Amino acid sequence: MAEVDEANKPLFAGLSDVSISEDIPVEGDIAVPVTSRGADDEFSTLDEPVKDTILRDLKAVGNKFVHVMYPKKSSALLRDWDLWGPLLLCVTLALLLQGGSADSKEDGGPQFAEVFVIIWFGSVIITLNSKLLGGTISFFQSLCVLGYCILPLTVAMLVCRLVLLLVSSGTASFVVRLIIVTASFGWATFASTAFLADSQPVNRKALVVYPVFLFYFVIGWMILTFSPSP
Amino acid sequence: MASPDDLKFTEFDEAADLLSADPGASTLSVSAAGGTTAAAQDIKVDLSEDEENQEENAGLLGGEKQTSGFWTFEYYQSFFDVDTMQVLDRIKGSMMPLPGRNFIRHHIRNNPDLYGPFWICVTLVFSVAISGNLSSFLSQQGDPRYHYRPQFHKVTIAAVVVFLYAWLVPLGVWGFLTWRKGSEHQTSGYSFLETVCVYGYSLFVFIPTSVLWSIPFQWVQWTLILIAMVISGSVLVLTFWPVVRDDTKMTAFAIVASIVVLHTLLAIGCKLYFFETAALDVKPTPTPTLNASVAKVTG
Repeated sequence: MAEVDEANKPLFAGLSDVSISEDIPVEGDIAVPVTSRGADDEFSTLDEPVKDTILRDLKAVGNKFVHVMYPKKSSALLRDWDLWGPLLLCVTLALLLQGGSADSKEDGGPQFAEVFVIIWFGSVIITLNSKLLGGTISFFQSLCVLGYCILPLTVAMLVCRLVLLLVSSGTASFVVRLIIVTASFGWATFASTAFLADSQPVNRKALVVYPVFLFYFVIGWMILTFSPSP
Repeated sequence: MASPDDLKFTEFDEAADLLSADPGASTLSVSAAGGTTAAAQDIKVDLSEDEENQEENAGLLGGEKQTSGFWTFEYYQSFFDVDTMQVLDRIKGSMMPLPGRNFIRHHIRNNPDLYGPFWICVTLVFSVAISGNLSSFLSQQGDPRYHYRPQFHKVTIAAVVVFLYAWLVPLGVWGFLTWRKGSEHQTSGYSFLETVCVYGYSLFVFIPTSVLWSIPFQWVQWTLILIAMVISGSVLVLTFWPVVRDDTKMTAFAIVASIVVLHTLLAIGCKLYFFETAALDVKPTPTPTLNASVAKVTG
């Protein structure tokens, strides 16, 4: 071994100057920086009770509902997007649209799967449309905004069902429902435009807003034409 | 032509105007103006700078549409390169066909888009389904037995019909025209996207027509069909006639006739399937008793 060392010494002699040996003290600080304490905290959310986890998500969803009901230019929906809210709203709306009257199986209102497909497929197509026209919003942010802005229409659906329970279907109830659905459709379109409008190029805003208008119009029509089984 | 500086400036302006009007033009012709060789050299330097910029721009803006591969997002973005005013202008052009104006040459001008055809088809699907529902409700207003049904399945049927028409028929027309062009019966043709574009925009006039079809009077509905067919059909005929007229008379007339016939079939089919007229208003009561007596006889 000594011969090998001696043979290696002249070859690697220069390296001993640069190699770190135990004599040379190591400079610098390899302590973990403060922000990774946050990472430690996040990892520790595994230990928190389930109730806290669920409540945190529910609070985030509720916070976004408030932003939709009072739309002003805030980036809360865009920055912390999530898809729980749209899923909740979509399932609620599809369940409420069930139980429509049908003389034959075909002539009834939309089935659960049809509502689901229209809402999600429609949102995806509108998002693709806005991205193809040069929008700067990301895919999931746009899905999040479009889904959350269904909230006024879901509220309108609840109110319409109440109206249909209290008043048997006639012209008066139809007019009341028409007013409610029109107001909520206008609110939904206005709210989503308030969030989405900034990310579009200026001379194409109308091209992006029109599909959103059509989307909420179709959902509004499904709500308005809901007639309960006799 | 006072000093070389002035000359250079005007040349630059003209060249810039020419380039902006037609980015595909080559810019090698320097001999347009006279002047000293020094001025010409200055002009050459300017034009070559322009040429570099123009090549850059051609790459970015897509002098041809297939600059990126079909798997990239930018390839599809090139089909949506329209502004609001351009879309509105194209829609207006499809509503007012004038004999001199070829829709493709005048309005589309080498920038076919997919925004118009796609969203016009979607709007047409929903307008036909919703108006059809409304017309069946209005036509049976007086009948107390009538219970309102949303008939949501009609949306699916309308969607299938409209989208098949708007994509398969242009495919067939384009394929046939390209084959005839390949066998040297015609001189020019249109690309597939331009054909889809003209068919999509020609369907726009059916949207207000379908809304008005919910008025449950026969004569109103047939008048509306006539007007819509004239407008929409003439857009198509004016677009395709210049291309096929070089062909043999038989083929030319056959192509134009089949385009018009298919369009008519779509219009009449939609009207008959989705919209009910107030034919029952004339004799409301005998029909139920007739059905009842038939049921008694057969039952």
